[in-house]
Amino acid sequence: MSVFAFYLFAICVIAGGLFTVVSRNPVHSVLWLILAFLSAAGLFVLLGAEFVAMLLIIVYVGAVAVLFLFVVMMLDVDFAALKAEMAKYMPLALLIGVVILMQFVMAFGAWESNAAAEGLRAQVTPTDRHNTEALGLILYDQYFLLFQLSGLILLVAMIGAIVLTLRHRSDIKRQDVLAQMYRDPAKAMELRDVKPGQGL
Amino acid sequence: MVAADLSVILPEILLSVFAMAALLAGVYGGKDRWAPMLVWAASAAMLLIAAFIGLRGAPGAVAFGGMFVDDAFSRFAKIVVLVSAAAVLAMSQDYMQRRGILRFEYPILIVLAAVGMMMMVSAGDLMALYMGLELQSLALYVVASLRRDSAKSTEAGLKYFVLGALSSGLLLYGASLVYGYTGTTLFSGIVQVAGQGDISLGLLFGLVFVIAGLAFKVSAVPFHMWTPDVYEGAPTPVTAFFATAPKVAAMALFARVLHDAFGGAVRDWSQVIALLSVLSMFLGAIAAIGQTNIKRLMAYSSIAHMGYALIGLAAGTALGVQALLVYMAIYVTMNVGTFAFILMMERDGQPVTDINALRMYSRREPARALAMLILLFSLAGVPPMLGFFAKLAVWQAGLDAGLVWLVVASAVASAIGAFYYLRIVFYMYFGEEDGDEVETNTSPVLYAFLMGSAAIMVLGIANMFGVDQAAAAAAAVLVN
Repeated sequence: MSVFAFYLFAICVIAGGLFTVVSRNPVHSVLWLILAFLSAAGLFVLLGAEFVAMLLIIVYVGAVAVLFLFVVMMLDVDFAALKAEMAKYMPLALLIGVVILMQFVMAFGAWESNAAAEGLRAQVTPTDRHNTEALGLILYDQYFLLFQLSGLILLVAMIGAIVLTLRHRSDIKRQDVLAQMYRDPAKAMELRDVKPGQGL
Repeated sequence: MVAADLSVILPEILLSVFAMAALLAGVYGGKDRWAPMLVWAASAAMLLIAAFIGLRGAPGAVAFGGMFVDDAFSRFAKIVVLVSAAAVLAMSQDYMQRRGILRFEYPILIVLAAVGMMMMVSAGDLMALYMGLELQSLALYVVASLRRDSAKSTEAGLKYFVLGALSSGLLLYGASLVYGYTGTTLFSGIVQVAGQGDISLGLLFGLVFVIAGLAFKVSAVPFHMWTPDVYEGAPTPVTAFFATAPKVAAMALFARVLHDAFGGAVRDWSQVIALLSVLSMFLGAIAAIGQTNIKRLMAYSSIAHMGYALIGLAAGTALGVQALLVYMAIYVTMNVGTFAFILMMERDGQPVTDINALRMYSRREPARALAMLILLFSLAGVPPMLGFFAKLAVWQAGLDAGLVWLVVASAVASAIGAFYYLRIVFYMYFGEEDGDEVETNTSPVLYAFLMGSAAIMVLGIANMFGVDQAAAAAAAVLVN
């Protein structure tokens, strides 16, 4: 049964990935990408990593893919023209790709599993803990420093986005909450006794 | 255990807390009106942290399971990084304010970049290395395009970002291969696997990718393409920053990775570094000849200087690392002074970067011209300025390690490179005036940095202010 499920999800991931690349309509591409994410989440469940599976759905499908959808719908990018541009460089890119691939084959052909490396690798996989708990221990205990550092990096990214895009325009009206709160009725309005037939 | 770990990274924590406090103060306080004050405060904070690191005297320690290393080497690099960042920040306030680009985020981003550099030089793990590097780089991408209404500044930031992301990708790919072939990301674990005789082809592949990624950060040829454009487009104080602190941090990180993680395989990387070094020296020397923009010229100058510094790394010995550290300290001092001079160059309140505008500068400003002459001689490596002793140190290390061809090549490149430094001197002293001369910004801060840096170039030849001994101690910790 689990073998059947594995092949089902695996085929879906590959098909989703393939159609993401080849479909002409960018919106379809994003939809295929979502299928690939969902199937990958299924694979994680089969591995027993249900927490990562849920994260994949919440973060990648819920946030990233929806963001992609918005971007491709809002930006009027002519993907056909981009692809035509790419076709021009295709032969050279293919040549370089093949050369690099052959070098990689040579490098990985010499793979020999190091005994010391195997031992070190075994240490990071806990056997007696639930995977969510194990992830928490790694993130907040072993890699506490890196976790905090990534927080700082995100802070820099946020500051950067604001510095580079926020413009204070002087010609628009803004709400000043404090000024509104400190307005008192005596200053804001005036009571006049208007005589009938005279007006102000 | 946590308390002990935290006390090891106390300087980094203090500086990050300062950055966040300054950010809150900026956002909820006077916004950009407080920016000049924040610049001075950030500069003072970095100097204080540098003094704290220097005077702390605690024995070296390893924290967070080996991910963070605090030793004499990292302290030396951190002090150089922090002092140069503080100096550049202090120099930039007047320039940035008068161009209307002094925003309160600027000093905060510089401080956060400094935190990233401190993490880089203390990294004892591939992941910690990457985190520090990204923290630094992201802050730098933003400050490069701080003048966002200028197409050149935006281009500089974008180019730096795209190529920086590419180099990070190369580095990460290399790191993943290293992890795959050694089973650990800790340098102390990698060195055990890499030290067992010949390293495997896959590990070598990973090492080459890591070197390529790091070579981009120090702008060594052939990963230098971004440098002239980014240096030209970024606001001048930001360029001054790029040419100083990040270079020291990246060089120190380079030395840390190669010696701490691949110390057992010196033969395997020494030739790669030697090649990067010789290419950088020659490209830096030859390509600068046609430049008339002083910022582009300084970009090629920094590429060449990275080439000379890499000789120390290619030597693969403790003497080499010592020479590298001395070289970087002297290089940073020279560059601070030179950029103080470049920041002074203006006409009608607008910055000038054309070296033709310096014709007969000595007649108008003899003191400043003399200081710049000393700095340029020092950059060119003319004895008896301090810059010559920096080159002498790396040459000694190179000869000691048997890299005679590299030392000879660097002497030739140095002779070629002297041309473009001396051309500026020629313009200042013997050129013909042609009407549109440069005026001088009379900011006392810039004057103090220019004169101070020039004085160090002359006075430092006596004993280098003890930098040599400190570098020797730092190198002894790293190479054993």
